[in-house]
Amino acid sequence: MRAPSATASRPGLHRASLFIPLGVFLLVLLLLWRGFSLGDPHALPSALLNHPLPDFALPVLHEPDRIVSSEAMHGEPFLLNVWATWCPTCRAEHAELNRISKEYGVPIFGINYKDNPAEARRWLARFGDPYVFSVVDADGSLGIDLGVYGAPETFLVDADGVIRYKRVGAVDQRVWDTKLAPLLAELRDAS
Amino acid sequence: MRLEVLLRILVLGLALLAGHVHASSIDVYEFATREQEARFHALNAELRCPKCLNTNLWGSDAPIARDLRRTVANMVREGHSDREIRDYLVSRYGDFILYKPRFTAKTAALWVGPFVLLFIGLGIIAVMIRNQRRESRLGTDSLTPDDEARLARLRGQLEADASGVSPRS
Repeated sequence: MRAPSATASRPGLHRASLFIPLGVFLLVLLLLWRGFSLGDPHALPSALLNHPLPDFALPVLHEPDRIVSSEAMHGEPFLLNVWATWCPTCRAEHAELNRISKEYGVPIFGINYKDNPAEARRWLARFGDPYVFSVVDADGSLGIDLGVYGAPETFLVDADGVIRYKRVGAVDQRVWDTKLAPLLAELRDAS
Repeated sequence: MRLEVLLRILVLGLALLAGHVHASSIDVYEFATREQEARFHALNAELRCPKCLNTNLWGSDAPIARDLRRTVANMVREGHSDREIRDYLVSRYGDFILYKPRFTAKTAALWVGPFVLLFIGLGIIAVMIRNQRRESRLGTDSLTPDDEARLARLRGQLEADASGVSPRS
């Protein structure tokens, strides 16, 4: 007797279908919640994470005759900071870099990004120089190789020159304490 | 006389306007061939400025967009293919830079999702139509083979009762 049983089950199906709008609503809620909790939509994930630093040959800010490559930075985990005098956030971040360099002894290298070298030297003389050295990226080509799209950006690089973390925007004490310092400790333990 | 004065003013105004237009024009890119120039324009239209959330390289005034336009122009001049140029930029800025994302494990849901939803929808409609058809069939004339057999049996019984046995016994 198939027919009667089919008619008997239909009201049950009907009742279950009443919950479809609720299910759709919950799904939309989940998507919106996820979408709005993405945080800063400007912060792109770095495509270079876990990739080696790109090769370059650029002059050093304080010794324009000296051309260095990325190998000059290898040896122990270090920070690579993209900065410029025209960038107000770099100015705001500078004190924190000075502090990190002094208190944690981590080598910080600079990329003076699309800047006027004379002005950049004056800027460092005035606000302090946390960098082992800065290279001059006058036309921003190293910036493009690094996927930089605005200063400041800071990379945490391991002893072998592999990029482990990228911060877009200023490094402040919170970023240092929650992200960079723990990762640096990890890298130091590993090497 | 008055006409001459008006003309002078007009010419002066045009000259000033021309100067203004010249000052605000964006960088000019020279290419050896028309084909290279066309490719440069097409790439600038389909590559997204990483600094701005929704502008292509042409539409952006950001310094990084200008640098990337220059990079694309140089690569086109050096004879790189469109694919090589896209790969170069994706390896640095990620899939974000492409307005038309490529098919990878990460973007699979983006490409396949709508079709999955379409098929789910079609499936639901098919089930609904089938249920409705069955309902209308049951409601009107048709009987299942089982019911048909039962009906025949009952009819036979009825006829036998009517002809054979007298109601009294």
